[in-house]
Amino acid sequence: MLSETRVPIASAFDIVTARQQGRSLAKELGFENAEMTLIAAAISEVSRNIVEYAGHGVIIFQPPNNGARRGLSVIAQDKGPGIPDIAKAMQYGYSSRRGLGVGLPGAKLLMDDFDIVSKAGDGTTVTMKKWLHNAK
Amino acid sequence: MLDVSNPGVPADCEPFTMHVPILKQRDYLIASIQSVLSDEDLLQLRDDLSERVGQYRSRGVIIDVTVLDVIDSFATRTLRTIAHMLKLRGADTVIVGIQPDVAFTMVQLGLTLEGIGTALDLEEGLEYLDRQTRRNVHNVK
Repeated sequence: MLSETRVPIASAFDIVTARQQGRSLAKELGFENAEMTLIAAAISEVSRNIVEYAGHGVIIFQPPNNGARRGLSVIAQDKGPGIPDIAKAMQYGYSSRRGLGVGLPGAKLLMDDFDIVSKAGDGTTVTMKKWLHNAK
Repeated sequence: MLDVSNPGVPADCEPFTMHVPILKQRDYLIASIQSVLSDEDLLQLRDDLSERVGQYRSRGVIIDVTVLDVIDSFATRTLRTIAHMLKLRGADTVIVGIQPDVAFTMVQLGLTLEGIGTALDLEEGLEYLDRQTRRNVHNVK
C-alpha cells in the first residue's frame, strides 16, 4: 500500500464496497483476521454515518504517516451538515435519529486512534488508525 | 426443501440486490444468506420473512449468517427487528453461524442479540426450534 485509495460513498451499497476494500488492504498490510474484522466493522459504522447524515462523502485509506510504525489510516470525509455537538455524538447509546447510537463511539472502540473534526455547516472528517502490533 | 423466496420473480431482475433464498422445511423457514448484504438487502429479508411466515404458517425461522464477515450496528438492529416482528407473527427466530471474529467484534461494539435465539449452526438451530416450539405447545395445554 504505497499511496492512498479512495472509495466514494453515496449509498448503502458503497458501505459494503468500502469495508471490503478496507479488509483487503488490511490483509495486504499483514493484519490478522480478527483485526481485519474490527477494521471492516469500524469502516461500516463511519460510512453509514456519511450515508445517513451527509448523503455522500468519501472513505480514504492511507498508510499512516508515523515514521517506523505501520498500520492503516481510514479517513471518512463528508461535506454534510456537520455535527453540532461532538461530545454528544460520541456518547455511546446516543442517536439523534433512529439507530442504536453505536456508530461513531463504536468505531472508536474498535480502532487504536480516533479523531473527529466537525463544524456545523462544514462537514465532518473522522480519522481513525489501526496499528500493526506484530510488525517487526 | 422448497425454495419459497420470491415465487415467480426471476432472481436477476434487480441487479443491485442480493436475493436471500428462503427455504421451507416442515413448519420452519430457513433464510440462508449467500453473500455479504447491503442495508437494503437486510431490510428486504425482513419484509420477505414477515410475509412468508404468514403465507406458510411457519412456527420457526432460521437465519443463517455464516457468510457475513461483519455484523455491525445496523445489521444487529435489523436482526433484532426481524426476530421481534416474527415473534409477533407467531414464529420463533434463531440466528445461526455467527463466526468467531464476527462475535468478537460484536462484543467490542457492545452489540447484543438479547431475546433472540442463537445457535452454532443449522443443525443446532433446528434443534433449538424443535425445543422452542415443543415448549410453546406444552405451555398452551
